[in-house]
Parts: sequence; C-alpha cells; structure tokens
Amino acid sequence: MKRYLHTLRIFWSASVGAEMEYRVNFLISLFNSAVTLAGGVFLLLVFYGSGYEMGGWSWPAALAVIGVYTLLDGFQQMLLAPNRTRITQMVRDGTLDFVLLKPIDAQFWLSLRQLSLWGGPNLILGAGMVLYAGASMPAGLTLGNIAPAAAGIVLGMAILYGLGYILSSLTIWFVKMENITFMMAALLEAGRYPIPAYSPLYRVFFTFVLPVAFMTTVPARMLGGGTSGGGTSGGGGGWLLGSLAVAAGLLLVSRLFWLWALRHYTSASS
Amino acid sequence: MKGIKAPRHQGTKGLDIVAHNETLGPSVPWSLGAFLSKSRAFLVTYYAMMVEYRAEIVLWAIATCLPLIMMGVWAEAGASGHFSVNRVQVVRYFIAVFFVRQFTVVWVIHDFEWHVVSGRLSPFLLQPIDPAWRFYFAHLGEQLARIPAAAVLFVLCFFLYPEALWGDAQQSGWWKPGVVNVLLMLAALHLSFILRFWMDYAMSVGAFWFERISAAHGLIYLPYLFLSGMVFPLQVLPDVLPGWVYRLVMWTPFPYMMWFPAELVSGQSLSAGQIAWGFAMLGGWCVAMYGLSRWAWRVGLKHYSAMGA
Repeated sequence: MKRYLHTLRIFWSASVGAEMEYRVNFLISLFNSAVTLAGGVFLLLVFYGSGYEMGGWSWPAALAVIGVYTLLDGFQQMLLAPNRTRITQMVRDGTLDFVLLKPIDAQFWLSLRQLSLWGGPNLILGAGMVLYAGASMPAGLTLGNIAPAAAGIVLGMAILYGLGYILSSLTIWFVKMENITFMMAALLEAGRYPIPAYSPLYRVFFTFVLPVAFMTTVPARMLGGGTSGGGTSGGGGGWLLGSLAVAAGLLLVSRLFWLWALRHYTSASS
Repeated sequence: MKGIKAPRHQGTKGLDIVAHNETLGPSVPWSLGAFLSKSRAFLVTYYAMMVEYRAEIVLWAIATCLPLIMMGVWAEAGASGHFSVNRVQVVRYFIAVFFVRQFTVVWVIHDFEWHVVSGRLSPFLLQPIDPAWRFYFAHLGEQLARIPAAAVLFVLCFFLYPEALWGDAQQSGWWKPGVVNVLLMLAALHLSFILRFWMDYAMSVGAFWFERISAAHGLIYLPYLFLSGMVFPLQVLPDVLPGWVYRLVMWTPFPYMMWFPAELVSGQSLSAGQIAWGFAMLGGWCVAMYGLSRWAWRVGLKHYSAMGA
C-alpha cells in the first residue's frame, strides 16, 4: 500500500511537471470550461425562463445537476482521458508489454499513470456551482446534505471510471478505440439535465443501459436532501444505495474483464 | 482525431494540369471542364478513403447524437405548454436538426493541424492546387460515407416518436414539408457546410503560428453549440429573454448554420421574407468567411515559409 502511494506521488509530480511546459493551455482550458458552464446555465435559463420546471426539478436543483456534470467532466479530463489515450497507444505499439512486466499491478499503472491539469478548471467551477446550488436550496448548505452529495459524486466518479476501463480493455481486441470513447463522451452529455426531465424511454436507457442517472442526477438529489429541490420527496437513501450497487458492480466487472482480456493479449511487437 | 492518409496518387494523376492557385504554380486560365473533372476525381478518391474507415464513421455518426439527447428533453418541455412550440413541433425540429448536423460536421481544424505539425502539408504546397480543396473534398467524401449510419439513426427517431409523422392532439396532421421547402433546406444545408468549413479553415491557418490551434477551437465551437439552434429551437428565445438578445443572435452567422435549414422543413411557418433574409445572411457570411480564410492563408503561408519548414 505504502509503495503504491509513493509510486503515485512520483507519477503525478512527473506528469504535472511535464504539463507546466504548456501553461497557455491551462488558460485556454479555463476559458473553455467557463464558457461551457455559462452556456449550460444559459440553456437552463431558456428552459426555466418560461416557468417550466424540468421534470419537476427546481432551478437550484437543476444547477446542482450541471455542477455535478462539470465536476465529473473535470475528473474525466484530469485522470481518465489521459490514461485512456495512453492505453490505446501502448496496445498499438506493443509497449504494454513493459507495463505488464513491472512489479506493480498493471491496472493501477494504466489507470493512474498520468495526471493532467487541464481538468482543473472544470473541477473547480463544478464544485463551486454545486456549493452555490446547495446554498440556494430551501434547506441550505448543511453537513447532512453535503456529505451524501459528496458520497454520490465519488460513486459517480467510480461508475465513470468503471465504464471507461471496460471500454479501454476492449482495446486488447479492437486496437482502434478512440472513437468509442468519443461516442461515450457524447452520450454522457445527457447527464447535464436531471434524468426525470427526459421522455420515458430515455429515462429507462439512461438509468439501466448507460447509468448516467447515477452519475449526476443522484448526487444532485442528495444535495436537495433526497428531493428534487423542494418538490416531490423521494427515497433519497435508496438512490444512493443504487449508486453504490452500480459503482461496486462496475468496478468488479472492470477488474474481472481486464484480467480476462489480458489472457487474450498477444503483444503487437512479438 | 481522424487522420487522413496521404492520397493515393492513381486517383489524382493527371489533375495537376490546370493551376488553381495564384501564389504557387503556373497560372493557366480557369475552365469549367477541368474544374468538374478535378472535383469528381477528388470526390471519388476521398470517398474511397473514407469508406476504408466505415466502422469508425458509424461511431462518428452516433457521436453527433446531441440533437437526439436534446429531443428527449424538449419533447417533455414542449408537452408542458410553457413554450411557443408544442411536443410534435419540437420533435420534428430536432429530427431536422439531426439531419442537418450529419451533413455539416466540420473537422478541418484537427486535420489541418495534424498536417502542419507532422509536416504533411509541405508536399501539398508543391502541387498546383490549393490544399484547401483537398480538405474540402475529404469532408464531402465523409458526408457521403456517413449516409448509411445516419439513415439508421434517422429512422430510429421515428420509432422513438412516431407522432412526429402523423401528429398528436396538440398538432394534428402529417409531417409534409413540401418539395420546395426540402430543396431550399438542402441548399441552406450545403451553404451552412460551406460557411462552417471556411470559418474553421480561417482559424485552422492559425496552426502556422500556434501549432496546437485546435485547443482554441472552443472560441468558435462554443457559440456555435449554444446559438445555432442545436440545443434549443431559437424561436423560444423571445419567450424567455429580452427581445434584443434574439435580434442580436440573428445577426451572427450561427442561427443560419442549423436553425434556419432545420426550420425550413420542420413545419413552422417561415415567411418568404424570412427565407430570403436567411439566404442573404448565409450568402453574406459565406463570402466574408471565404475572404477571411483566403487572406489568412496568404499571410500564414508567408509565415510558414519563413520558419523554413
């Protein structure tokens, strides 16, 4: 365990050091994140400006959803995307062999080797938006709301990671995978709005097929004390348990699937 | 991002007789026959190249599903009666947006950047045809290759919302856009592609100065995303925001890239005057962006040579 933490520190300081060479990129990414968030809020204004409430969700609750989405997007840009790109590259030119030979768990290495600061602005803006949304809810910001919301966000990150890693494992068979991850990112855009705002078929798809509901809608619901922001009261705890089950299931599947995929790995260089 | 392999030369052999570029190569008078035969050869070559990547193109078509996601949100919003559009109208609108989106996807900035950074642009500069046309025809080839996947998703929309075809209680009657409107939509759609292409090309040329220009693509992509009508039908804007916002947006090129072509067929009544105005805006912005990108290209090319690459 200690060895892993130590290794992680070396990994991350090395990748942050490398990123500092491109400081302008950070400014550009800050600009992009800010404009994207502003655009998202602008679109919510279009929906709420006429008095319509998306799926019965109040204005602060909808802001919380977009905040959680931005935060998860930041997490994805910071940790998931850079490592995912690298796996694809390594399978293609056979350098995955070197990782498999290292005296450290390969999934650990492949999931955490890179850390990119590009996601930073989204993380900060998203967290800020979540706090602002929580403060404007009738219940206000209390520890009783923030703790379950934070738990929901962490579970959302786990779900996102699990899904992403399963897709990355597919690289072993189908070398070219960038487009699949691109497609996933496009589908995850659905998480910008509370899932009850969608038509019934969409709700089923985004809950049971692609669990977007557990990534952004559930944490936002927890922030409102298990309700959609003062509207209908629902079984908040049940949703969080659902997130836990989905996250645990996906993490387990991603691990087993990876080990299984490795048995089919025939190095590109040999 | 998608990389385009160097074109196979059997496809373009014999095309280099007529120069198309003022700055490079000998100048030979322009002729329609040569233009058509060059266009045809380019289109055939790039179509063949794109078909090699057909599995990826299916995924690319799915990746442009944002209008379908928005359809799911707007169908509910339209049914609520809070907006000036009802459920069937808004579903028809997003089906049209999805269609328009399939034929107006522009990725020249990533491709151009890759050509500059990897040095592959240089051999193209030696040929007596402007490289812009290669990128242009690569896009057209990709649009053709996209048709099967797009068609499947297009049909899927009607399975999700069959009412879009025959209407419901709020909006009775079949969806019958009319031949003239469909033709006008196709024209507007292609003009919209031309406008987006040259707009992005003008920015791509920035790669001559800043190698990673695609990082700054958000500067034009984000306003396009939010103001083109891809995420909401623009006619609801006056319902919720002050009128000057709507008028201001209508002077930018963005509404004509998506909202205008989609609106031509989705059943809302655009008056003849509004249609003429839309085409005038499209045409005007196309000319402006073409001029800007040609000017940027000329200036940029000098800079590129100065680097000695």
